[in-house]
Amino acid sequence: MSDETSMTAKTPQDQPLLDVRDLSVAFGEGETRSLAVNRISFSIRKGETLALVGESGSGKSVSALSVLKLLPYPPASHPTGQILFQGKDLLTAGDTAIRKVRGNKISMIFQEPMTSLNPLHTVERQIAEVLKIHRGMGERQARERVIDLLTKVGIPEPETRLGSYPHQLSGGQRQRVMIAMALANEPDLLIADEPTTALDVTVQAQILKLLKDLQRQEGMAMLFITHDLGIVRKFADRVCVMTKGEIVESGPVAEIFANPQHEYTRHLLAAEPKGSPPAHDDSAPVVVRAEDLKVWFPIRRGFLRRTVGHVKAVDGIDVTVREGQTLGIVGESGSGKTTLGLAILRMISSTGRIAFKGADIQGLGWKDMRPLRRDMQIVFQDPFGALSPRMSVADIVGEGLAVHFPGITAEERDTRVARALEEVGLDAATRFRYPHEFSGGQRQRISIARAMVLEPKFVMLDEPTSALDMSVQAQVVDLLRDLQKKHGLAYLFISHDLKVVRALANEVVVMKSGKVVEQGQAHEIFEAPKTDYTKALMAAAFRIETAPEGVVSA
Amino acid sequence: MDSTATPAPMNSSPVPVERHRLSPINRRRLANFQANRRGVWSLWIFLVLFGLSLLAEVLVSDKPILVSYKGELLAPVLVDYPEEKFGGFLAVTDYRDPFIQEEIGANGWMLWPPVRYSYRTVNNEIPVPAPAPPSWSMDKETRCAQYPEGANDPNCVVGNWNWLGTDDQGRDVLARLVYGFRISVIFGLTLTVASSFIGIAAGAVQGYYGGWVDLLFQRFIEIWSAIPTLYLILIVSSVLIPGFWTLFGILLAFSWLALVGVVRAEFLRGRNFEYISAARALGVSNLTIMWRHLLPNAMVATLTFLPFILNGSISTLTALDFLGFGLPPGSPSLGELLAQGKNNLQAPWLGITGFIVISLMLSLLIFIGEAVRDAFDPRKSFR
Repeated sequence: MSDETSMTAKTPQDQPLLDVRDLSVAFGEGETRSLAVNRISFSIRKGETLALVGESGSGKSVSALSVLKLLPYPPASHPTGQILFQGKDLLTAGDTAIRKVRGNKISMIFQEPMTSLNPLHTVERQIAEVLKIHRGMGERQARERVIDLLTKVGIPEPETRLGSYPHQLSGGQRQRVMIAMALANEPDLLIADEPTTALDVTVQAQILKLLKDLQRQEGMAMLFITHDLGIVRKFADRVCVMTKGEIVESGPVAEIFANPQHEYTRHLLAAEPKGSPPAHDDSAPVVVRAEDLKVWFPIRRGFLRRTVGHVKAVDGIDVTVREGQTLGIVGESGSGKTTLGLAILRMISSTGRIAFKGADIQGLGWKDMRPLRRDMQIVFQDPFGALSPRMSVADIVGEGLAVHFPGITAEERDTRVARALEEVGLDAATRFRYPHEFSGGQRQRISIARAMVLEPKFVMLDEPTSALDMSVQAQVVDLLRDLQKKHGLAYLFISHDLKVVRALANEVVVMKSGKVVEQGQAHEIFEAPKTDYTKALMAAAFRIETAPEGVVSA
Repeated sequence: MDSTATPAPMNSSPVPVERHRLSPINRRRLANFQANRRGVWSLWIFLVLFGLSLLAEVLVSDKPILVSYKGELLAPVLVDYPEEKFGGFLAVTDYRDPFIQEEIGANGWMLWPPVRYSYRTVNNEIPVPAPAPPSWSMDKETRCAQYPEGANDPNCVVGNWNWLGTDDQGRDVLARLVYGFRISVIFGLTLTVASSFIGIAAGAVQGYYGGWVDLLFQRFIEIWSAIPTLYLILIVSSVLIPGFWTLFGILLAFSWLALVGVVRAEFLRGRNFEYISAARALGVSNLTIMWRHLLPNAMVATLTFLPFILNGSISTLTALDFLGFGLPPGSPSLGELLAQGKNNLQAPWLGITGFIVISLMLSLLIFIGEAVRDAFDPRKSFR
């Protein structure tokens, strides 16, 4: 792939399109000033794809944003450096000059398509805006170009989509609209800041393919920011590895992957969830069993709010989770995975039979469920949202103890909190701090400690690793497996990340639109998927390949 | 790193001072508040003024602070002594009466407050018809003209000056101002506290439970808020004698609406947070979730509103007093002072004093409110 792109560049000695030299970014002033990026240099030639790889907090996004001077100045500042674009320094350029470059010669796509599109503007208006500003196009001209662009980014029947608002589009379609906006003025350089992180793996593969195709057609250069080494390997020509604001290694992708020099690069490459799930054991006692579970949300229309239909989030699913075993639930977003989990825990109402250790719990009221909450716990996806920012870690972890063990003394409670924190690998001395003082991985450990301190029998893990960096993911997976082994826990593991599921689950349910597509022992499903849908998921997750039309959602 | 302050995990006394420390977020807020110099100064000035007005009985009163009578030490500020004690016949002693003063002077001494008038004390010795101008604008001869012994009268002293003149009933303006300020602020504070209490509770219930509770409550609030408050007060005050608590009740019935919207919105937003779900999954009761997890979120918006609600309460009371539908006649009140100023344009000290005090008080509160709002604004940063 790199052969093709380097051919579009005239000669290797050709002047680089973008040349970043000694760039530093600092935030704050005086004593509080901290250096986010420390003297990095990289360059991109025409038609080339450069990947900037690093974990969260490494300064990769900040570096990319400073190319277009999109950081808040002040507090941000550039103590050193030059950003030469086609020979001109963008850092010293004035506001007017930089505005001519933004969205015109250099454009950008962001991670979160929902928030990067204005929810009050139609698709046509979003895209036409760039055209009108930079090219002075009229209404009709702009419309033609918009339709042209939408066709190019693979939106079917673009004419019908012109009047749509962002919320009427799926995540993948939104990202396509973002790309159409970025491409509107045929930029020389496209900066893509984690463009697929918020998307499903299947959609991710499609978007990446689209970007690659478009790049080939338009001959533009791309600065691709990601934390996913799989994408880099598949997608980029050259790569810069960033950590703690510095580029520690850079070079052609093949070389770096084959022969990483720097310790951090090796660490990144090694950071994949490893290990094997617990052995499958059909004789282990059943902890949770749900039969014919349905969660239907009524659609009400009209003046009398009559129910005209149902959104079938979960539509007749049977699951069984056994002691010491992990049931993995996989599927794209919107397939009903989380709803299923919440229904089993009786957090939302459902129909069908739910039994916990043989006793029917479907009919129990909120009060009657309370004693059972001790045994059934949840770990949530977002390590930032799942912890109250106004409570200390000791209070957060100890809250459940206060509910379920009202008899124990404050000292006893504190001891148990400390023990739970140490069990998940945190220093118990930090328990009087507040969540914002911890990193994402540490916070996820706190969430796990909050569940584990009650010594539950059954834990629902709702994408516990998907908001974490790759190397942290691997650690959390190891932690979860250790805890399971130690306490004989039954896990319901919900994830769209098949790599993590493979490392944890011994049984897998593949869901699509609230229904089970495939169900069985994990190794069977991973080695020999039977349905097209599962095959497409696997291809996208493990090889970043797209599936034929119609198998997965757009 | 504050690991120095944290104890070892298995320490036998695991609840150290650490836990009562301000949380980092609150420390930041305090720093932000202190960075707003105007707000800090306003707060201190207001606190000093309010503190002084709370001591009004000692500083501005027609009763002596201490009396030594026949070897007995009396505190008329605290105890109402009948006049019999000093040889008279009234139920309550009038210490300004020359007879009593003579009697006590002969058998001991009196310690007077700096200003010897209370808000309802009528100065019978003003040299001109009421309203009388401030004493310092007259020379000693005129000032003491009405005292029995003229300029040599023992009562024609600084303590009996009318620093800001008198109103049209011969009452000392300064004394009425001090008591009026106090009653305004106390009324405002009580009303604010009570209405926020109800408002927060109502908003919390609506926001947390949502659905039908929310729907019905919202409709009720829409209807309720459509009632014109002022008319209602006019009607009620023609039936009941308006007192502090009557007014308080009527105003409270409507002022709690102010916070409902904000708190409801915060709870609606907050109830879908993952840490709320986490708390529910832990089996924490609804009441505890509302109190411990959701209320702190709503408090920011609420605290931001409070100074303005306080200001609103004070101005409503002032307006009612100005119109004559407020506190019962004779009560010290800023609104009544303004009304007098309007009726006695020839006595500008009435209107000007009222204006300055009211605008000063409201400005101070607004400045404090601004500083509080900035302190709670996470996007605002001060260096």
